[in-house]
Amino acid sequence: MNWFNDFANPTRFLNLSAKLLPWLWGLAALILIPGFYMAFFIAPEDYQQGQTIRIMFIHVPFAWLAMATYALMAISSIGTLVWKHPLADVSAKAAAPLGAAFALICLLTGSFWGKPMWGAWWVWDARLTSMLVLFLMYLGLIALWNAVEDPIRAGKAAAVLTLVGSINLPIIKFSVDWWNTLHQPASVFRFDGPTIHISMLIPLLLTAAGMTLLFLALHLIAMRNEILRRRVRTLRLLEASRAVEA
Amino acid sequence: MQHFGFILASYLSTALILGVLALWLILDHKKQKAALQALEARGVRRRSNAPAKPATTSHDSEQVTK
Repeated sequence: MNWFNDFANPTRFLNLSAKLLPWLWGLAALILIPGFYMAFFIAPEDYQQGQTIRIMFIHVPFAWLAMATYALMAISSIGTLVWKHPLADVSAKAAAPLGAAFALICLLTGSFWGKPMWGAWWVWDARLTSMLVLFLMYLGLIALWNAVEDPIRAGKAAAVLTLVGSINLPIIKFSVDWWNTLHQPASVFRFDGPTIHISMLIPLLLTAAGMTLLFLALHLIAMRNEILRRRVRTLRLLEASRAVEA
Repeated sequence: MQHFGFILASYLSTALILGVLALWLILDHKKQKAALQALEARGVRRRSNAPAKPATTSHDSEQVTK
């Protein structure tokens, strides 16, 4: 657990993240460029959905990322409440706007895919509705963090709410199995293996891996910003207390 | 290409949202850095950044960095 404790020092985290960021950007570009090339020029069109299958290469990775970001926030929340790790609520707070953006991308691209395939921009289907709930939960958590001035108190309240809201993750994942939905069932993460053809699976996995690296880079930047924001707040409080004493 | 508009709208909206997100992060970073520098210019520093002081002076530097 030494590495875990090493990260408890924000200054050490800032130094390490500054070294990591260029590698993350570079790796993301190295994976995304061939991923999108394959998605557009090598993957065939779907026998039923035609060219709209190209939307899958952004829709699915961002759906996964929207859920993975929330899972990361739930783990960070445990870190806040159980281990009181100084960077845990920084991580959770920094991840929330990213998760909200990913959920919004998932909903928008899903809508652009749904209209030509289903004939509707939106249906109150279990998968779509649970994803919308995830997006609203992100907005609620961002509002909570902004409503409470003390970041430690805000972090604890948000951690409890995040953990309660994590019940939505299995609902999103299994909504297509538990209910009769218009949304297609899982075709990659299945007990009996992927049902998607390899010519589409490889670019999908590449774009998903590249966007995950992109998320990690954005998350590190957001965490660095949050650490700086807390330093500014601390110094302003100290400056104010000095002014009162003087 | 059939349904080209829907595909283009998907990729454009994704690029727009990611662009706004990246821009917000960059501007936020600049804002926090500027605020930190302004505080340090006024002599409010963290303990690790505070200039060394003789032992006989006041406890101001200690208070600033707590």
